[in-house]
Amino acid sequence: MKRTIMGLVLAATVTLTLSACGSDSGSGGGSGADTIKIGLNYELSGAVATYGQASVDGIKMAVDEINAAGGVQGKQIELVIYDNKSEPAEATTLATKLMTQDNVLAVIGPATSGSFKATIPVANSNKVPVVSGSATADDVTVDANGVQEFAFRTCFNDSFQGTAMANYAAKTLDAKSAVIVKDNSSDYAKGLAEAFKSTFEDNGGQIVGEEAYVAGDTDFNAVLTRVKGLNFDVIYLPGYYQEAGLIIKAARELGIDAPVLGADGFDSPDLLNLAGEAALNDVFFTNHYSSLDQDPKVVQFIEDFKAKYGEEPNAFHALGYDTAKFVADAIERAEELTGQAVRDALASTVDFPAVTGTLSIDENHNPVKDIVVIGLKDGVQATSERI
Amino acid sequence: MSAQLEARPRGPVALLRTALLPGVLVATYLVVFFLVSIGVIGDYQQTILATICINIVLATSLNLVTGFTGQFSLGHAGFMAIGAYATGLMTMRYPSIWGLVGGLLVGAALASVVGFLIGIPTLRLRGDYLAIATLGMAEIIRVLLLNFDFSNGAAGLNGIPRLINWHILFIFAACSIVLIANFLRSVHGRNTIAVREDEIAASSIGVNALWAKTLAFVIGAFFGGIAGGLYASYFYFIKPDMFGFLKSIDILIIVVLGGLGSLSGSVISAILLALISMKLQEYAELRMVFYGLILVLIMLFRPQGLFGDGELKPAMFGYLLPWRYRYVGRSKGTTRRWPAKLDRVAPWHYQYTGKPSGITKEPPAAFDRLTSPRKRGGPKP
Repeated sequence: MKRTIMGLVLAATVTLTLSACGSDSGSGGGSGADTIKIGLNYELSGAVATYGQASVDGIKMAVDEINAAGGVQGKQIELVIYDNKSEPAEATTLATKLMTQDNVLAVIGPATSGSFKATIPVANSNKVPVVSGSATADDVTVDANGVQEFAFRTCFNDSFQGTAMANYAAKTLDAKSAVIVKDNSSDYAKGLAEAFKSTFEDNGGQIVGEEAYVAGDTDFNAVLTRVKGLNFDVIYLPGYYQEAGLIIKAARELGIDAPVLGADGFDSPDLLNLAGEAALNDVFFTNHYSSLDQDPKVVQFIEDFKAKYGEEPNAFHALGYDTAKFVADAIERAEELTGQAVRDALASTVDFPAVTGTLSIDENHNPVKDIVVIGLKDGVQATSERI
Repeated sequence: MSAQLEARPRGPVALLRTALLPGVLVATYLVVFFLVSIGVIGDYQQTILATICINIVLATSLNLVTGFTGQFSLGHAGFMAIGAYATGLMTMRYPSIWGLVGGLLVGAALASVVGFLIGIPTLRLRGDYLAIATLGMAEIIRVLLLNFDFSNGAAGLNGIPRLINWHILFIFAACSIVLIANFLRSVHGRNTIAVREDEIAASSIGVNALWAKTLAFVIGAFFGGIAGGLYASYFYFIKPDMFGFLKSIDILIIVVLGGLGSLSGSVISAILLALISMKLQEYAELRMVFYGLILVLIMLFRPQGLFGDGELKPAMFGYLLPWRYRYVGRSKGTTRRWPAKLDRVAPWHYQYTGKPSGITKEPPAAFDRLTSPRKRGGPKP
């Protein structure tokens, strides 16, 4: 028995090793002459799988449209899709695989900033551009040593959202004082809070109080009771929908009816489930796109998406869709089919018409684009303003 | 009798036994080197190789604590985090080989110190209690890293220079195997095993159980720190979430799957799991289902792990050899020379005396009871 098992184990090891080597020599030939390979390195399982799956759905839809319209540079786009388990090290490994073994022309993904950062050194050394639609951390495309040559993104960064919301609060909502309630365990929330604070104060506003919670908390009565004692016009609540939903609900129950402002972390149907319809009035958040937008591009996108997947697209779907189109556009404009040429084309993108707003790439490889502020009334999106 | 059993074996077989582990490691290195140089192992397979090497360091060191010393620890990711951050910060400031060496040493030393400080009070606990205590320690380390300024909070360290390649990783993995194997053969190592088998009995014959456990724990923490440093230096990016509870569980899975108390088991299962995970990358939706299924099946059919608490030995491949070499290396008495032809008909005699018998018939019943207890259920010799 023991021997049999040992034999089986050895056999399995040998088979796996051989097949690993086999697949290497098989695809060593490189990208075919009549297709252009684009790699997708996404979180399809693990902690943030919903982001990855949504992005990939959007990308697939975009690529189907491009291929149906004749492809780019006369060639069809072929996607090579891998799952990085939401782990940065796995993302590095897969970026290496896509670039050295599958010989892709560009890689889209991962969705989260951490995993995306882990693939950038691989991109720089292999001279293959990587593009993310949803890595919003401030230091993704620029680090201490300057701009990352081969990294791009199609979403605005965190501090931009904080700044935009502060301007909106001061100018549109005419707020003079604000309270910040932030998620202390997430870098995202901290960055947003900082940007909001400095812009709001520049606009002549005053931050009268700062409270913090930690992701996973469920009881916010102590925090909100302290907030209730203060005199303020708006609450800024950077964080994710899990806690934000509960906080909004508890705040409304305590009789705090000041407007609640948030960011793209609010964009989930679960916000409504957690807070309830009655609580979600006078809630505003910045987002990449709004389904209320009357722009014909957006209307067309929503219609097509519903026809294909039978559900309302969210921001990750839209960003994935845009990112794929953005990369295809750059490949179309590239002088030759090399990573370097595609990089140059990506860097020189001007006024690309995306569903999430017309974008141009600046010298830091960040997009210059509009931001949308969505207002909720009885739990549904009632207003949307591009600013 | 006992003097004879304790005597160090001599001759070619003994030499083979001593040289076996280094020989296998060198041979593996040469094979991998050859495959890399002819291009069969490309950049991608090298990153898999790196994962395997790092997991080997992690699994062998956790096995020392959990498998050989019997202390159930769920805090290995915490030590890894210390090593990773020390190396990451050091190499970002001094991007040279000296920065790397300094970072690894500082990280491993810090991890050992933390291991010592945690070990002294908690190793008095046993079983589940220790598991919870070590889990708490790893969580404290993670939350501290999340809130300190120097560690850059939840965003983690970005842009750590890659200063190592698979050669260095292989050497570290090989060193951890050899050093831990040698530690286990030393008097301290024997003490830790004695503590695992029966703490009270070991104490009663003069083994300082707390010291033995703490020593093993500190050594485990040291290698955990080294592995974390290697990880940071190879994979460019670290953040506190990567060293959470699930990372400790991942390492524990490798150890349990290979067999608690089997170094070669840890090595084989680290390789096996990395290859399985690699093959499943293309099947995103079913990936964790398959992975889980494989774990369930292995645990159902091999609850003691692939190798139990034994090691991979040449004797396990005995059935692949011609008959006359099969018993070589199986027990001490048989290692002196090749079996005489006559013993083909009376291997029982040869196996237990190490001498050619000249006997060609079945052994007398009395002799058999005394000398082959394994078959007849008598006392062990």
